[in-house]
Amino acid sequence: MKASNSPWKQELAGFLPDDLARQIQQFEDQIALKKQGRLDDKVFMESRLRRGCYGQRYDNGQRHDGIRIRTLRYPCGDLTKGINTVWDAPGMQRIKIPYGGLNARQLEVLAELAEEYSVGVAHVTTRQDFQLHFVHLDDTPTVMRRLAAVGITTQEACGNTVRNVTACSMAGICPDEIFDVTPYARACAYFLLGHPDCQNFGRKFKIAFSGCPDKPCGLARIHDIGLIARVRTQDGVVQRGFEVLVGGGLGPVPYQAKLFREFLPIEELLPTVQAIARVFARHGEKRNRNRARMKFLVEKLGIEEFKRLVSEERAGLPEDPAWKAHLDAAERYREAPPSQDVTAPPIEDAVDPAYQVWRSRNVSRQRQPAFVAVTVALPLGDISAEQLRRLADIVRRYTPDNVRTTIEQNFLLRWVRESDLPALYRDLVQAHLAQPVAGSIADITACPGTDTCKLGIASSRGLARVLGERLAAQLDSLDGSLAGLRIKVSGCFNSCGQHHVADIGFYGVSRNKSGYAVPHFQLLLGGNSRLNGCSYGLPILAVPSKRVPEALDRILRHFQLERRPGEDFHEFVRRRGKENLKSLIEDLTEVPPHDADPSWYVDWGDAREFSTEDIGVGECAGEVVTPLEFELAACERELLQAQILFDKGAAEAARQSACRLMLQAARALLDWLGVAARDEEEVVARFKAELCDTQLFFDPFVGGTFANYFLTAWEQRHQPADDDAVRRLLNEAQLFLDACHACYARLAAARSAKRREVTA
Amino acid sequence: MIACDPERIQHIGAKVMAAGLPADWLDSAIPVFHRWIQQDACEELLIDVADYRHLPVGPGVILVAHEANYCLDRTHGRPGLLYQRKTVLDGAFQSRLLHSIRQACRAARRLMAEPEYQGKLSFNFAAWEIVFNDRLLAPNTEQSWTRISQELERILHGRLSPTSAAWRLERVGEPRDLLRVAIRIEGDVTPELWEALLLPDP
Repeated sequence: MKASNSPWKQELAGFLPDDLARQIQQFEDQIALKKQGRLDDKVFMESRLRRGCYGQRYDNGQRHDGIRIRTLRYPCGDLTKGINTVWDAPGMQRIKIPYGGLNARQLEVLAELAEEYSVGVAHVTTRQDFQLHFVHLDDTPTVMRRLAAVGITTQEACGNTVRNVTACSMAGICPDEIFDVTPYARACAYFLLGHPDCQNFGRKFKIAFSGCPDKPCGLARIHDIGLIARVRTQDGVVQRGFEVLVGGGLGPVPYQAKLFREFLPIEELLPTVQAIARVFARHGEKRNRNRARMKFLVEKLGIEEFKRLVSEERAGLPEDPAWKAHLDAAERYREAPPSQDVTAPPIEDAVDPAYQVWRSRNVSRQRQPAFVAVTVALPLGDISAEQLRRLADIVRRYTPDNVRTTIEQNFLLRWVRESDLPALYRDLVQAHLAQPVAGSIADITACPGTDTCKLGIASSRGLARVLGERLAAQLDSLDGSLAGLRIKVSGCFNSCGQHHVADIGFYGVSRNKSGYAVPHFQLLLGGNSRLNGCSYGLPILAVPSKRVPEALDRILRHFQLERRPGEDFHEFVRRRGKENLKSLIEDLTEVPPHDADPSWYVDWGDAREFSTEDIGVGECAGEVVTPLEFELAACERELLQAQILFDKGAAEAARQSACRLMLQAARALLDWLGVAARDEEEVVARFKAELCDTQLFFDPFVGGTFANYFLTAWEQRHQPADDDAVRRLLNEAQLFLDACHACYARLAAARSAKRREVTA
Repeated sequence: MIACDPERIQHIGAKVMAAGLPADWLDSAIPVFHRWIQQDACEELLIDVADYRHLPVGPGVILVAHEANYCLDRTHGRPGLLYQRKTVLDGAFQSRLLHSIRQACRAARRLMAEPEYQGKLSFNFAAWEIVFNDRLLAPNTEQSWTRISQELERILHGRLSPTSAAWRLERVGEPRDLLRVAIRIEGDVTPELWEALLLPDP
């Protein structure tokens, strides 16, 4: 697309590391082969994913414009870049930033690329990556070359690979850390990058490092491998190592990581991680993507068998000099503080109230006296090219050329001299980067959602923006226990916004109202990001998108008024119970008829009617509520009761209740379709035949996964299950109910369309 | 570094500066741009609307098309409507430049006529910024500025000489920025006149 793609290649020849130059050339060759029809879609798709070139919404060439589905007729014609993915359709370029570490020059190059190949904005993700949206695939080799020239790679940023290795952004400066995990995260990232043992995974593989067991900066427990710094003293010698957790993960149904090793000496870090990768590659699921993450393998094998397999694998690994080389480099890693102060602070800054507010929220102490870390809060993780350049100037001026992205989609400036804070604040204000909301309830995490993601159901960014603006305006009046809560929003059940570990989480779902789709968000309570993501929330109610701000207000107000002295939000949620909190907002689920107020049927930040299909009002649609809708509502109530039973420790009763309600929902769906089923076994059999074999129930992206939740739960309902399994089942039951709603919406839309055809 | 040759330059952006702005100018753009997609209002293949209202500087709301983006833009705190060409255009530098100006002009006029904006949003058709979105073929250097400004002078002279208008060119932005040239026209330049002046050569 860009006229300068070819000249850039010549311009940068000799400036790139050889291996990166070769890989990028290989990718460019694959692009050429694909255009000649000599590579199939599947192979090419995985190749580009491994280079960080991801699909984007509407890249199948279809888009609902609010009235009808339009075919986007790109000049490339039939040329595709993957199955059902049009070549010319804009895509997303993900850029790996190991442990989020960047320097000023790299920020400037990211700004240049955002301007020249994207829309002038760079996006920071929840895994410390960058993403550029609306990028043409033909431009990506040039993007990669320009990144490689400043030491950044996109290799294995997507696809079934080891994704960006993340680490606490405070690593090395945190007063509470056990030791600096940065060099080990770095060693792990570069050791595994392109490693032959990591090229045959069934799914992606995520690794995170945390410097302490307590804080929420690393979220080690939600990863395939989570590593938490530990020290032990042996024979009078202090030894560094890691507590190793495996098999954690969010996704539709979150899994808590299991303890793999209480203490792994640092010398064993790389060989052990390699052995785990080999076990995952060998034993992990390959055919069914929805069961292919490591959490499923650990679950299937059991942690003891998993440990045995890894131990066996480790024992058989030949000594690799790279282990020592990477570790030696890690041991040499040092961060130097800046050499001198920038300026003396003018006196008036010390009494500027805005400065004081910013300082109290965005500045935290380092363990090194006289130095502080400063959070640059980004709205929705976005920063414009112009701001990136100004941030680069700030990084040069106030830090030892050192900044990190955070998993809360912000930047962290490190090694700032405390005496420089007033001057730094002034510069940040000028760059519009001094939003005083860091780490607060107004600093909301959100995945891209329907803005750009192919899987998004509702507008997570639209909701996060509205909530963030409202909460920022109220922040001064909120007390500390409210102001410090974390909100995270995902556009769908896949959890890229990490909604499970938020104090208050939301994920997008769709509900049907008389033939019209209505954007909703499931509200989750009870999650906790502290202790590295120690507990996962459970959904309590789906709220129409437009009423989420009101629902949130009510919950926060209720907490403010009703909490006991010293009680935190989690304790409050536990004490009041989900039923009580649900009753607070239940009336908000009422959706007015479409004709009365169509604005409910439009998502935040959009103007189109919420739909991916051409839904119209059928003759008998009116405002009639079908028996199926009543039944599904009853199932939702039953699910809440099951959650309450679970919270009270009655796990088995909760499980039986969840199985029953799934069966009830399946039966209701069959009834609506006119399929009779006499008893439970027939419901299951007819559900399989009428809705699974026909794929009518299948989700467009995860296929039969949600149906399998029901079928498996039913089949295994008499087998023993521990608490963890029951908690997952409750999540699965919610997803199954969401899928019933979605299936109903799809089939109802198809019926309406057919009726219109007949009438016409 | 490649020496700037205007004939090799593609991806030219043209931004017409806003004159009167309602407070909700970005909010209103969301329904307007979605409607433009429904109506196939532009000659480009319109794809989607990207919402960056939450950013205080930079792009605000973008109508993303395959060949170009239409952006209500606030880069450097200068609000305006930017037509940013993305795909390559045939023809000489002059025709590529005029194409971008013409498309920006048309979009600005259309925007002003939308019910959401009528009487509230206006553009100053005598104030433009030309953005060369390619750091290799149009580096932001003294040499590029000299070459481009000569070329712009020649084009403007050819186009504006039938009028009494005078003009002034200025290199704007910092060295790391894209090469940006501000054009200020002195004299009464209406959008209609602009469009007439910008018509492609027969």
